[in-house]
Amino acid sequence: MTLIPTSDIIAQVTSNIPIISNRFGGGGGNDWTSYIGLFTWVFFIFILFYGQRLQMRVMMREVENNLHKLKFIKEEGCKTAIETLKEVGKSTEDISPRVDRCLDYFTIGPQGMDPAGIVSKLDHILDVRDQRIKDDVKRIAPQCDDVQLNNMENTLEAAMALNYIYKIVRHFYIQGKKTMSLYVIMQLQMILPLVMKEAEAYSAALKAFSLGQPIGDSVGPLIASKLMLGQEVRKVHKDCVVATVPFEGRTALVMKAEGPGGNCGKPGDAIETVIEENEGKIAMLIMIDAGLKLEGENVGEVAEGIGSAIGGPGVDAFKIEEKLVKYKIPINAVIIKEDIGDAVSPMRKEIHDAADKAIERVRELVLERTKEGDILIIFGVGNSIGIGQ
Amino acid sequence: MTTQNQTNTTTAANKISTYLMFIVLIVMGLAIVSIFSAVYAYTLGSVYEAGFMTIIGVFGLTLSAVVLYQNSKRSAAMKVEAPKVMTYIECKSCGTKTSREFQRGDFVFKELDVCPKCPEQKQMITGVYKEIKEKEKTYTI
Repeated sequence: MTLIPTSDIIAQVTSNIPIISNRFGGGGGNDWTSYIGLFTWVFFIFILFYGQRLQMRVMMREVENNLHKLKFIKEEGCKTAIETLKEVGKSTEDISPRVDRCLDYFTIGPQGMDPAGIVSKLDHILDVRDQRIKDDVKRIAPQCDDVQLNNMENTLEAAMALNYIYKIVRHFYIQGKKTMSLYVIMQLQMILPLVMKEAEAYSAALKAFSLGQPIGDSVGPLIASKLMLGQEVRKVHKDCVVATVPFEGRTALVMKAEGPGGNCGKPGDAIETVIEENEGKIAMLIMIDAGLKLEGENVGEVAEGIGSAIGGPGVDAFKIEEKLVKYKIPINAVIIKEDIGDAVSPMRKEIHDAADKAIERVRELVLERTKEGDILIIFGVGNSIGIGQ
Repeated sequence: MTTQNQTNTTTAANKISTYLMFIVLIVMGLAIVSIFSAVYAYTLGSVYEAGFMTIIGVFGLTLSAVVLYQNSKRSAAMKVEAPKVMTYIECKSCGTKTSREFQRGDFVFKELDVCPKCPEQKQMITGVYKEIKEKEKTYTI
């Protein structure tokens, strides 16, 4: 059998192309323009039938890549959590099955058909959840002290969040693949950059929690600690501390969640208690917290406003507002701007430096809006991880 | 040590899929054949054909290289790097400031050993934070 060179075969095939090409509007020019005309037509017809499918393949590939990355982040997170729990808790048995069980925990919110009293129901459910996780951490790592217990609880919660994000993205990816629905995949692909950003933030948070490093959200407690430094501190319900600080001729009741363990406390209950202790004679409440910045704003910018600066499911904000309304106490807020990634990853220098700027802002606020001899509350809201008092 | 949730290991995430590798190798092979054909066509004097085959060959090779590069970049990007966090220590009496890498158990306002310069004063941790050296990309409008 004689071998025909490849170029001969191609030349034979391509020699017929101008004829076909002319029929498709190639224009009857030279060979080169005919090729282009034909390929344009072929490409057009291909896109007409397979364009959407092609687009979907590209999107699915992108989602798949990110899903691999999410899986990697989640597994690294689990590994870090298990290693830290073993190291800190000095457990001799295999803790992996227990950790796995914790990762799949879920919380069902209260029924909202009749919204009256829903806040106390939600509060109760959150308390039970918190206690349950704490008990499990105690069981997994029996040698933990209170500070480590809080840090490990936070570590486990970050691992749970990563696990949940991974499962949700995987669910929609498989659903899109099963149904071959462009719109399912498209929605997932559109929100993926934000999801990935959040997952990366949780991954950084997990590492910070396992080591007990202050995070961006700890800026509120950091400011409160700076104000209460050297003063006597007492505990207040629940998991919070308060110090009576002379401040510009006024008496400031400076409060924060108890540190240095990872703990947000229950600012709602704590503020309620302190207001009642003072029979409502509070001239002003100032809440200091980390606030989400918009794109274009700088990390560590300090801004001032009105209202309860506190995140979470809203239980604490509700309790604080109820008390403020009862005693007609004005409320002011000072926030330190940062994005979600900065808020849960180890504290950045810019955020640390913003603490002094925020204290100056609080000072101005107190001088402008209260009289000498007044009593006011300053609450540094946020996670007290890595911040003592 | 693996947990139940970890049983599907990260190997799938770290290597290029066999299917993709197969496609890339086919495209690469065809592209090389195309370039050889172009050279052959040129020696026969068919300039148009040679040009056409060269374009196809170069396009195929570039496409394969880009796909391989993108995948290797993806594998490299899959590392969770912990930022370097520093602990800043200060003596309130003499104002000496030192820093060291964060150690487990450090926290802000933790009292440490006595200051080497003023023996009666204890040092204190005044900050635990990371410094980000690279500038963030800014979008001016």
